[in-house]
Formats: sequence, structure tokens, C-alpha cells
Amino acid sequence: MTAPITAASLALDGGVLAAEDAAPEVAFVPSRGFWGHVGHRLVRDPVAMAAGAMILIVVLIALFAPWITPMDPYKGSMLRRLRHVGDATYWLGSDELGRDMISRLMLGSRLSLFIGVTPVLIAFVIGSGIGILAGYVGGWTNTILMRTIDVFFAFPSVLLAIALSGALGAGIFNSIVSLTCVFVPQIARVAESVTTGIRRRDYIDAAKLSGASALTIMRVQVLGNVVGPIFVYATSLISVSMILASGLSFLGLGVRPPEPEWGLMLNTLRTAIYVNPVVAALPGVCIFVVSIAFNLFSDGLRAAMEIRQ
Amino acid sequence: MSVIPDAPDPFVHDRGGPAQPLLSVSGLIKHFPVRKAGGKKQVVRAVDGVDFDVLKGETLGIVGESGCGKSTTAKLLMGLIERDSGQMLYDGQAIGERAMPWRSYRRQVQMVFQDSYASLNPRMTVEQSIAFGPKVNGVPGREAVERARALLARVGLEPKRFAGRYPHEISGGQRQRVNIARSLALEPRLVLLDEAVSALDKSVEAQVLNLLLDLKAEFGLTYIFISHDLNVVRFISDRVMVMYLGRVSEIGPSDTVLDAPAHPYTEALLASMPSLDPDNRTEAALLAGDPPNPIDPPPGCRFHPRCALAEGVCGETDPPLDAIRPLHRVACLARQPGSGHSAAPGEALAA
Amino acid sequence: MLLYTLKRLVYATPVAFGVSIVCFLLVHLAPGDPLSAILPADATQATIDEMRAAYGFDKPLPVQYLIWLWHVLHGDLGISIATGRPVLGEVSRAVVNSLILASVATVIGFTFGTLFGFVAGYHRNSLADRAASALSVFGVSVPHYWLGMVLVIVFSATLGWLPPTGAGPDGSGNWRPDFDHLRYLILPAVTMSVIPMGIIARTVRALVADILSQDFVEALRAKGMDERGVFRHVVRNAAPTALAIMGLQLGYLLGGSILVETVFAWPGTGFLLNAAIFQRDLPLLQGSILVLAMFFVLLNLLVDVMQTALDPRIERA
Repeated sequence: MTAPITAASLALDGGVLAAEDAAPEVAFVPSRGFWGHVGHRLVRDPVAMAAGAMILIVVLIALFAPWITPMDPYKGSMLRRLRHVGDATYWLGSDELGRDMISRLMLGSRLSLFIGVTPVLIAFVIGSGIGILAGYVGGWTNTILMRTIDVFFAFPSVLLAIALSGALGAGIFNSIVSLTCVFVPQIARVAESVTTGIRRRDYIDAAKLSGASALTIMRVQVLGNVVGPIFVYATSLISVSMILASGLSFLGLGVRPPEPEWGLMLNTLRTAIYVNPVVAALPGVCIFVVSIAFNLFSDGLRAAMEIRQ
Repeated sequence: MSVIPDAPDPFVHDRGGPAQPLLSVSGLIKHFPVRKAGGKKQVVRAVDGVDFDVLKGETLGIVGESGCGKSTTAKLLMGLIERDSGQMLYDGQAIGERAMPWRSYRRQVQMVFQDSYASLNPRMTVEQSIAFGPKVNGVPGREAVERARALLARVGLEPKRFAGRYPHEISGGQRQRVNIARSLALEPRLVLLDEAVSALDKSVEAQVLNLLLDLKAEFGLTYIFISHDLNVVRFISDRVMVMYLGRVSEIGPSDTVLDAPAHPYTEALLASMPSLDPDNRTEAALLAGDPPNPIDPPPGCRFHPRCALAEGVCGETDPPLDAIRPLHRVACLARQPGSGHSAAPGEALAA
Repeated sequence: MLLYTLKRLVYATPVAFGVSIVCFLLVHLAPGDPLSAILPADATQATIDEMRAAYGFDKPLPVQYLIWLWHVLHGDLGISIATGRPVLGEVSRAVVNSLILASVATVIGFTFGTLFGFVAGYHRNSLADRAASALSVFGVSVPHYWLGMVLVIVFSATLGWLPPTGAGPDGSGNWRPDFDHLRYLILPAVTMSVIPMGIIARTVRALVADILSQDFVEALRAKGMDERGVFRHVVRNAAPTALAIMGLQLGYLLGGSILVETVFAWPGTGFLLNAAIFQRDLPLLQGSILVLAMFFVLLNLLVDVMQTALDPRIERA
């Protein structure tokens, strides 16, 4: 038989304050909270910061474009078509209708950002709602919602976007609607799995034991823990969304001329690739740069959030 | 003496008097449906007919191997999962019925979980976590926070230093103290500790156990203490209940059950514990193999395939949980007169 | 194994049904009457009603769906409004061309992606590793239709090495495996290979790094196994996941090739879809999307079953 356990055998010091508590305290660090830690780690990530700065610049240009473009982005000149980059008047050349490229690229950032980011924002709200509901309620609600979402996963996202856009017809509104439909299932699926994971945590049980209603638990205990991961996932979709949104315009399904939008500009300049290839490729460079910035920033955010859960 | 400003005398709510068990459980059953290959529907008999009482002011230890139904029992007691059948009386009143709805019952029982990290919301400060319960029960925000700080101080965590911390910023032992403080925030009478110290280092474990004993005396608490560590259970419990495959195999005062076990399973459990005393080391492994599958428990006594005393009758008769002496009940045919087991005591002796 | 396959099949059936419903409803999303494209502008109400009855548009939607599904299950995807030919024939011809393009792109992407991934996984934090991460970020961030344009600018417009558009010298829509046709395939295939290349490089890098850090590799080395043997073990452990991703990428490319096909005027499904959209040829649009989505469902199923067959660790129950 084993020796009976006694206070002595458990090496008690009698006091309530434990040895670990009495251990020399490292200089007191004020608590930052979760988002404080994320922010702290993010500013130390040079790649993410550079990407963030890039995004900020583009957003600022988009906001102030009408006041800062060097020339009228709509005014063309048949005589000065397809000027080269470095031209004295047209710093980045001119397009197939003789309009100033740099002005059009600056103004184009507005629509390109708008049609690329809006679908993700809307899908973030709707998809999180569906996913959190499915994950928290579980049971039949979950099965029905998630099986429906599986159907949308049976379409490659490009195909779904083009099919919906094609059926709805061209236009900014329709292109945003189609892209939203593409991203809602993806965000909902992530939201569902994150919520299901959180729902099984002991602190949710503890909250139930305190007598809190399901709604209170959802609001106070669940929401704060699921929104972060879903948000990071959503930011990773912005890059795809930008490429797809401009792609729809490139196909003629999104923004319509004469509005400047990078994808549409790429399309109209396609005929000019033999005359002025560099200018023809410029709008694509813009899409690429913004898309890569969003991707890198999202990667940085994800890394910064990988604090012990 | 209470540190909580408006803590009521814990015995004010008492109805039935000291002799009435605080919690009385009978015929508790929980089966989980599972689907095995081929689509056949089967059930895991996680808790399969459990009866026991928890007396006022005592600590009842529950022990058993993993998968014996300890944790399911805990969740059933707390109402975190729904029982299939069985009755639970709280101070003489049936839980879930009009006299004692779940809501009122839950105000009087709380639980401390094994995983100190998973049981605290990582996005809430320690103080917010403790104050959450009182807040949803109508205590004004400021008062709830004050109460949380008082409780922090009571569990040995200086409020100034710890109230604003997040769970990942404090140690495991400190987190478990926070969990204990949270469980006390609603002034419960019964606290269920599910492997509450199992994940802690030995030295920290001892300190937390002492804290639990102090709190029990101070607030007049009753504990249900679930653990796989017999040493810890012996230290803290007044009575011990041994579970095996969803059933109670033995229940009685700690000293009796752990020093003179009547059930072969308890004996085997004790013998399989590593002993620090070299003279007492057993050579034979008394508890070979894993417990049988709770989907398809063996007929008769569930322990008989692993039992040293097993006879033919053990595979046929399901042993009832009978008292072999006052307060000590055992579910083993070898200890029950007239059971047909060759080692069973004579009828006269039992009387 | 057979049981598992059947199970996946049973699971895929409701998804396939859902896909058919979405495709069916797609036509009804379209603004205006689906008939408006083929009816003359001055058609009388009587003619319109007659046509509606003839096409079954006067019946309630669920009935229309069942009738449509019945036809689809018998291989009848309707008649293209623009060409007057059966949709099935048009789609199958285009699918073959798209499949050629997507397969070649997948093979290129898989080969180089795996190569980069292996090098990066073996030499963590080296220059090669950083190059591989850069490649994977590039692959998922680059607008592939623009990359296609850039390649045309460089290799066709400037260098004149490769043809910019089309599938063959005769301008016909049928690709043949000879040198002349091969030249037409190179640019679109390389363009399309960039996405899977990045994704596969990232996955293989993570897989290889993970496997190499596991205890059993140490054990193999300790047992005296040479690096070639260790490499074989790594390959065997990384292969199921890498192959599964390759399969899925093939599906994505097949369904997502429309932009690249438009840039290169490649006579595949993307091109067909483009034409269907702009001619408002709704039966053709519906048919192509249905075929592509079903292909994707089937591919998913296949990948799932294959991965399970290759990787014994995955639960089959």
C-alpha cells in the first residue's frame, strides 16, 4: 500500500501564496490585451509595415484623386495617343484615346479598390453571421446551412463569379453582388469552424453555469474570440477579390467605359501592346502591387495573431 | 467571516437540515449515440445507472480510470449535458422541476475545470472573467468588479497586480486560483472540482489544495472532487466513490475505501499506484490491459474480465451496490452474502 | 475502400443536385425574359405566349427544373441560341481544349512548385527558401490575365518567338499534339501554371519541413539510412497531400481559365463562356457552367478517394 498523503508529504509551506507567485517578479508589464499584443507585433514586422504603408498610400490617392490628378483623366486627344512613359506632359504616357495615364491610374484606384474591397466587407458581415450562427447553434441548423454552402464550394470561385456576373449582366453593382456571393460561403465556412472550436471551450461551459443567456454568451464570450480569426481570413481574400473584380471589368462585365478602372483600362489597352507595350501593361502593375500588398499585410496580421490561444 | 461584502450566511438557504443530503442522485443514465462502420447505430454507455449522495459540508472524491464516466457524471450534475434518465435531488427538491428549476439550482452549484487555460476567456481580463457571473445575475457592474477583486485577494492573488491581467500572462497555478475565485463569485454551496489540480506541478498542487480546504471552511462549501490521483483524493476527501465503466463500484469513507478496499477494482487501482516505499512494491500488474469498451460492456459484473476473483457467477449476475458495513457500499459478488460467489461471506455473518 | 468510395459518392450526390439547382436558377437570375434574346422586338403577345408555352416557361419553376433536369440526365443540355447547335457538342469540344491547357499548366506548376518546395523545405531560411516564398506570394497575387499580356508583350510583340493568340496555325479550334500547335500552347500554359506553382511550392515546403523535423527522420538517420533513403521517406509522406492539391488545382484551372483563355483567344470553355455571356446565349451559359461544376465535383471526389487510398493515416470510416 502507498504511504498516506499528508500535508508534509505534499511539501506544503503552509501559506497561501505559492512559491511560483513569490518568484522574483520581472518588472511589471502593463497588460495590453489581445489586440494590443497583435499591434505590437505587427509594427515590428517590416514586410507587413511596408505592405501596410503601400495600402495606405493607395487609399489616400483614391480618396483625394479628383483633386490631385495632374490632368483631366477624361479628356483625350486624338493627336497625343499612346505617348510613352517619361513624356514631358504625360509622365506615364497616354492611353489609346490620348488621355493622361497617371491621372487615369490615380482615379482608377477609386473604383478598383471599391469593387475589390466592398464584396469582401459585405461577405465578412454576412458570412460571419451565417457561420457563427451555424457554429454556435449546431445541430440541424448547422447541417442545413453548411450543406448549402458545400454546394457553392463545388464551383471554382472564378467560374462562380463569372457565371453570376454573366447571368446578372454587366455593371458595378452586379459585379459586387457576384463577388459577394463568391466570398460568403468561404467566410461562412471559416467562421463556422472557428465558432465550433470556441463553443467547445470550457469557458463557454463556465459562462453557461453562471446562468448567462445564450445571447449574452454569444455576445460577450464568443464574438470577441471568433471575429479576429475570421477577419484575418477575410483580409486574405481582398487580394483575390481585387484580381477578380478587375478581371470582371477586364472581361467587360464590371465597370463600363469611360470610367477609369484598372482592369477595364487593361482591356482597352490590349490593342496597343504592339505600339506601346509598357503603357499597356501599367494598369496591371497597379493591380499586382495592391494585391501583393494586401497579401503580405494579411500574412503579417496572421503571424501577429498567432499568440498562444 | 466573508470577504464578499454582501455574502449571505451559506446556511441561510438550507432547507432540509444537516442530515438531508445536499445532492442525491439515483439511477443516473447517459448514453451517447455513435455510428460505427456500416451505419449501425450504437451507444456509448458513459454513465449507466449511478446512485450516490453528497452530504452537506463534506468532500466527496470520485476516482476511476479515464473513460469510467467521471467527467460525464460531472457534466450531468452541472446540467451541461442532459441526462437520459435518473433523478437528481438538491436539498430534497427534484432538479429541473418546479420547486428547483435549473436556473435556481445553477446559482448554488459551480464548477472548476481541469484545463485552467481553456476555462478562461483569452480576451477577458482576470477580473472581467470573475465579474461576468455576478453581472449576468443582476449585480451592478462596479459592485461585481469589487467583488471580483475581493475574491482575487482571498485566493491569494493581489488584485492590484492581477485584476487587469489576461490569462496568458499568468502561470497555471495562478490561473487555477482565478478559476476558483470565479466559481465562488456566485456564492455557491456546492463546488464541483473536475481534475482541478491534475494539471498543476506538485508543489503548486499542494498550495491550491490547501487553499481549497481553507475556502471550504470559510464559506461552508461542499465539494465534489474528481481526480485520477488517489493520493490527492485521500488528502482532501471525506468520502470516496470509485467508478468503473459508467457504474459505481465502491463508495464509502476515505480511510475505509483507500486503506481497506472491499472491491477488487479499488484494490487493483491502489496497487497500480507507484509507491515510494520499496518494501511495498508489488511485482504483479494487478490491472492489466485497458478497460473494456463502454459501447459493449461485458455481461454480469463489468469488471470480471480483469478481476482476480472472477468466477462463473460474475459473468452472469450484475452485482448490486450493497452496504457491507454502515456507510460502505460495494458492488462485488465476492463481498455479498448469498451471491453464489465462493468467497462471499455467510448469511449470518453479514447480519 | 469500396465502402469509402460509395460513401463519398453518396455524400457528393446532394451537392451535385445543389449545383444543378444553382445552374438552373442562373438563367432566371438574368434580367428580362430568357426568351427576349431570340424573339423579335415587335413580337405580338400571342407569339410570346406561344413561345413561352413551347419552351415550358409558362410552368411553375419547380416543374421547369424537373423537366430541365430530366433532359440533362439524358445528355440533353438544350440548343445554343447563337449557333443553333446542341449545347453538349459545343461544350465537349471546348472542354477538351480547356482540359489540354489546364493539364499542361498543372503539370508545369506541379513540377516546378514541387521542385522549389523541396529545395526550400530542405534548406529552411536559405536564399532558396526565401525565393520559394516570394514565388508563392507572386503566384497568388499576380493578376494572371495581366501576366498573360506581359508574356505576349515580351515573347510575341517584342521578341516574336511565339504566337500571341489562338490554338494553332490554321486558326481552327482543334488542338493537335504537333510542334506547330505546341508553340501556341506554351504562353497560355505558362501563364496559368503560376497560381498552382505558388500554392504547391508553399504546401510542399511546409510538408517537407514538417516531415524533416519529425522524430522518425532522426531515427532513420540514426539507423544509418543514407540521405537518398531519407529523401524517399520524405517523398512518400509528402506525396498524398501534394497530389491532392494538384488534383484540386486542375479543377480550379479548368473552371478559372476564362480570363487567360480570353487573353490568348484559346478556344476552350472560358472562350465559350465569354461568347455565351455577350451573345446572351443562356442555354450555352447554363450548359457550360453545369458541365464545369460537375467536373469539379467529380474531381473533388476522385482526389478524396485517391488521397485516402494513398494515405493510410486518413480515417476511412
